[in-house]
Amino acid sequence: MRVHGRRHVGVVVAALLVFTVTACARRGAQTPPAPGGEGGGGAVSGKVTAAGSTALLPLVQQAAEEFMQKNPGVTVNVSGGGSFTGLTQVAAGSVDIGNSDVDLPPELQGKNLVDHRVAVAPFVLVTHPGVGVTNLTKEQAKGIFTGKITNWREVGGPDQAITVVDRPRSSGSRATIQRIVLDGAEVTDRAVVQDSNGKVRATVASTPGSIGYIDAAYLDQSVKGVAFEGVEYSVDAVIRGKYPIFAYEHMFTRGEPAGATKAFIEYILSPDFQERVLPKMGFIPVSKMSR
Amino acid sequence: MNTHALVGRRPPARAGAAHAWDRLNRALFVFSAAAVALTVFAIILFLGLQGLAAFRSISPLEFFLSTRWQPPEQYGAATFIVGSLAVTALALLVGAPLGLAGAIVLSELAGPRLRAVLRPAVDLFVGIPSVVYGWIGLTIFVPFIRDRLAGGGSGFGLLAAGVILGIMILPTVIGIAEDALRAVPRPLVEGSLALGATRWQTIWRVLVPAARPGILAGIILAMARAIGETMAVQMVIGNSPRLPVSLWTPTATLTSEIVTEMGNAPYGTPWADALFFMAFLLLLISLGLILAVRALGRRAAYASGRG
Repeated sequence: MRVHGRRHVGVVVAALLVFTVTACARRGAQTPPAPGGEGGGGAVSGKVTAAGSTALLPLVQQAAEEFMQKNPGVTVNVSGGGSFTGLTQVAAGSVDIGNSDVDLPPELQGKNLVDHRVAVAPFVLVTHPGVGVTNLTKEQAKGIFTGKITNWREVGGPDQAITVVDRPRSSGSRATIQRIVLDGAEVTDRAVVQDSNGKVRATVASTPGSIGYIDAAYLDQSVKGVAFEGVEYSVDAVIRGKYPIFAYEHMFTRGEPAGATKAFIEYILSPDFQERVLPKMGFIPVSKMSR
Repeated sequence: MNTHALVGRRPPARAGAAHAWDRLNRALFVFSAAAVALTVFAIILFLGLQGLAAFRSISPLEFFLSTRWQPPEQYGAATFIVGSLAVTALALLVGAPLGLAGAIVLSELAGPRLRAVLRPAVDLFVGIPSVVYGWIGLTIFVPFIRDRLAGGGSGFGLLAAGVILGIMILPTVIGIAEDALRAVPRPLVEGSLALGATRWQTIWRVLVPAARPGILAGIILAMARAIGETMAVQMVIGNSPRLPVSLWTPTATLTSEIVTEMGNAPYGTPWADALFFMAFLLLLISLGLILAVRALGRRAAYASGRG
């Protein structure tokens, strides 16, 4: 009888353990990653979740901090993960806002995603400081990035081989360059690929004869910005429509936003936030764009 | 079984409580072991299912034989497979002889005092994060290759990655090879010396052949580490989806391509599935290598049991 009792203890403990673990696992599986919470109604309160573009991340984070300070009833959770992550998550309803550097891809169209353009991100072609080429026409830039032009001599520079530094195929910046500079053509597969603005800048800065592209915010003395079609990059040149290499940063919502989500996007679009914070972070306020 | 025997010898008054405690512990341990096994199995299953889904839209022939990687149109992953194998081979070419030499020094030539310093130093290698190796590669090796060896270009490529990896696998090779050398029965060495062989002849003709299975196991484990290494490789290989035409043209490996693209490849698309399959492929290669180590280990045990 005693032996029986002891055996019982073991069985019960094991059963309890198994039960606890399966219960935990099931709870984990059933809880959606981030429930959409548009509380709405009266003063703003509730939860806002945003995910996606790492380029937009610092901006949205800054906005979230300020917004939560002004609206103590609201929690804003912001995470990165990349533009496509943001897009797919907002389409699936697991976040309220999907941040993206790129327009809505065809496979997500017709899913009632609403586009909010919140910032303009300009890009600059940069070379190693030793190259000495200060201007590239679109034709020349296209030739270099597609691999048809392989020596700086061909575009008026020194007799030096060109090393192209590119971003991965999944990058939004790359998509922008491909669309605007290359007319959709492919970047040469001889390019060195680096997966962030910082790494591209570091590689271009240390590799003689190299060329790449970075967000304007990353431009510094270590690399040399190149004028495009005779126009040097400046905020003014972008606003006046002279400098074409830029992309809109988007925040997508599923359907028209309401409640805290709506208030949050309105906060980012408010003239105060746009003019005070965006330029500091290398973006251009959308309100300034004439188109 | 053993615990029962032990418990049986205890005074009967305390036996009940001790028994229950033993059972509880045993249940906990069995549960932990089962959880580990289940986790591994779940990972393999998940990667396999997710990866094999890629072949619903991508032809396996294209995936394995083509080098044109242009998602979302073309998914030729041959470059990455060749890249991974080439980098691993290069790492072994650098790391295996150096590692073996180091192991011989540690087990045969170094005195106890030198060894007391060297062995912990070697083990310390393992603790250096791979990003540090990559950083050193990026700031020292890549410029060196570009300026001194390649005479231009970018310097990124197989050579930089292979050399860095070769250094990274040294502790694995040295550690296991040294253990194997030390396990060789001393009478074998003494016999060789007694017959008039020099120290070098003894090491090269007796010691190393006798320890061969263990040395091979170390090299195979190092291979497994090299093929799965990501961070350092990604920093110096150039990540260009193209077969290398020389040791210093940028190329890519399975790991570097996965880490470069996973952040933005939309989940559920053939693109992401192809990356999952590349991960599954890596898992299979590592699994194969580990099985090879086990087979070698069994042979070694058998050999020493007879000898």
